[in-house]
Amino acid sequence: MVKSVLGVNHQGLRDWVIQRLSAIFMAVYTIGLIGYLVCHAALSFAEWHYLFSQTWIKIATLLFFLLLILHAWVGVWTIFTDYIKSFVLRAILNSLVLLMLAASFIWSILILWSV
Amino acid sequence: MNQSRPKNLNLFTIHFPIPAIISILHRMTGFALFLLIPVMIWALGYSLTEAGFDDLTRSLNTFYMKFIFWLLLIPFCFHLVAGIRHLLSDVHVGDTLLAGKISSYLTFIISFLLIVLAGIWLW
Repeated sequence: MVKSVLGVNHQGLRDWVIQRLSAIFMAVYTIGLIGYLVCHAALSFAEWHYLFSQTWIKIATLLFFLLLILHAWVGVWTIFTDYIKSFVLRAILNSLVLLMLAASFIWSILILWSV
Repeated sequence: MNQSRPKNLNLFTIHFPIPAIISILHRMTGFALFLLIPVMIWALGYSLTEAGFDDLTRSLNTFYMKFIFWLLLIPFCFHLVAGIRHLLSDVHVGDTLLAGKISSYLTFIISFLLIVLAGIWLW
């Protein structure tokens, strides 16, 4: 984690594969969810709640959020590495992003846990 | 080395090729979506409580909330289409110069259509 924040631990091929695999999964998931919402124009709370109470969608949604934060991390890390020249500032920003992404993931687990 | 060669790094006068514009917009929309992650998680959690679901569906009937939601869908639509184009060029579909230009225009057209469709769906 320390090496990630400092930006010395990034392996190009690993990041490249993470970015592509997560992109494919997230595209399928979001298109599927949008399709569901379009097909259920007058969606009720009971239907929506039932959908997210099933184990398969909890797994798919948690996987979605996990891949989303990995995808975002590779993307934001690349942007910061390209545009922020100061090493100290970049390390601080990377740390904040990593904390924010980790907190977001924990939050999504708690939400799906409670359904 | 000749030090007196003219240099032009003024971003406002450099002409960017269309794939470069797609690329930078892909980055900018990606960063915008990164900032929206907490909003997405909050909205999911709120929609899964009964009071929150009613509140969200009611506020999505107002013009302002529809408009804000529609604005948030714009980076999503563009990033998705530009991402699919990127994945296709990874497997050498449309990775020649001409095909890259055509697919760049297609990216603009398809994401524009998706944004219009999203608007029709919302209203």
